[in-house]
Amino acid sequence: MSDATFDKFRSCAVEVLQVPEEKIVPEARFGDDLDADSLDLVELVMALEEAFDITVEESELDGIETVGQAYDLISAKL
Amino acid sequence: MSRSDVAAPAPDSARVVLVTGASRGIGLACAQRFLAQGDSVAGTYRTSPPPELPGLLALRCDVTDPASVDAACTEVENKLGPVQVLVANAGITKDTLLLRMGEAAWQHVLDTDLSGAYRVVRRTLGPMVRAHGGRIVLVSSVVAFLGSPGQVNYGAAKAGLVGMARSLAREVGSRDITVNVVAPGVVDTDMIADLGEARLEQLTSMVPLGRRCTPREVAAVVAFLASDDAAYVTGTVLPVDGGLGMGL
Repeated sequence: MSDATFDKFRSCAVEVLQVPEEKIVPEARFGDDLDADSLDLVELVMALEEAFDITVEESELDGIETVGQAYDLISAKL
Repeated sequence: MSRSDVAAPAPDSARVVLVTGASRGIGLACAQRFLAQGDSVAGTYRTSPPPELPGLLALRCDVTDPASVDAACTEVENKLGPVQVLVANAGITKDTLLLRMGEAAWQHVLDTDLSGAYRVVRRTLGPMVRAHGGRIVLVSSVVAFLGSPGQVNYGAAKAGLVGMARSLAREVGSRDITVNVVAPGVVDTDMIADLGEARLEQLTSMVPLGRRCTPREVAAVVAFLASDDAAYVTGTVLPVDGGLGMGL
């Protein structure tokens, strides 16, 4: 896990989800731990697409429940 | 009650407004109204451009074509900024009795009047969600509730806009985005000219206010729904029909 990439990912998550930085850890679950609803996740994906200049398809989001899974999806595209 | 509760609100600051179907009628009146308020206004047209209006960014856009919608919205974003107020107004009629209404007449009207709104809303919604604020006004019709012989396609599309607005209002309410519908009645536009004088007289005679509506009167209600004064109004259908459809 590259530090710089994760930092960028984390700052997007902090900004969109309005949670403290220390809560954005790989095992954190978006729903249970970060109190994110489905629109929050859509917004996060938009923020990540913009920040990393990537495109995430709707189907790729199936089964993404934790910060770690989302980070892996994003970093695989870089 | 504190003083700030009763003080007149400050005028809304200028916003970026996109009106589809702005070449004439209700859409043109909306564009004129927002321009007069000092907003930055873009208006789309499919075939004939709107008259030259100082400050209006006129864009060709076919709302049945996602690529065309994307291109027009991108141009608005580049020239004016992200859309803050969307008026989905573009619409057509292809009137005929259902027994004579082929697939093409049905599809064309649904694709323009209902799916066209879907395309424009979907394209402009992302930046509103990111900005945590926005105003969406869908232009429906009294026909959605009253029905009108020969307009099964149009009535279905215009009723569809109501369901669309209400579901979307629930989806994006937490982002301070309001989604509302105006339902104009008999408005003096090119669209009703096709109805014929006899049918128009008959319709007008059913209007409690006893006259037809002007496009400006519809634009005033659209402007209200887009204003700060309507900040707590979402998912509603506001008829502008002189009472024609009341109670429906």
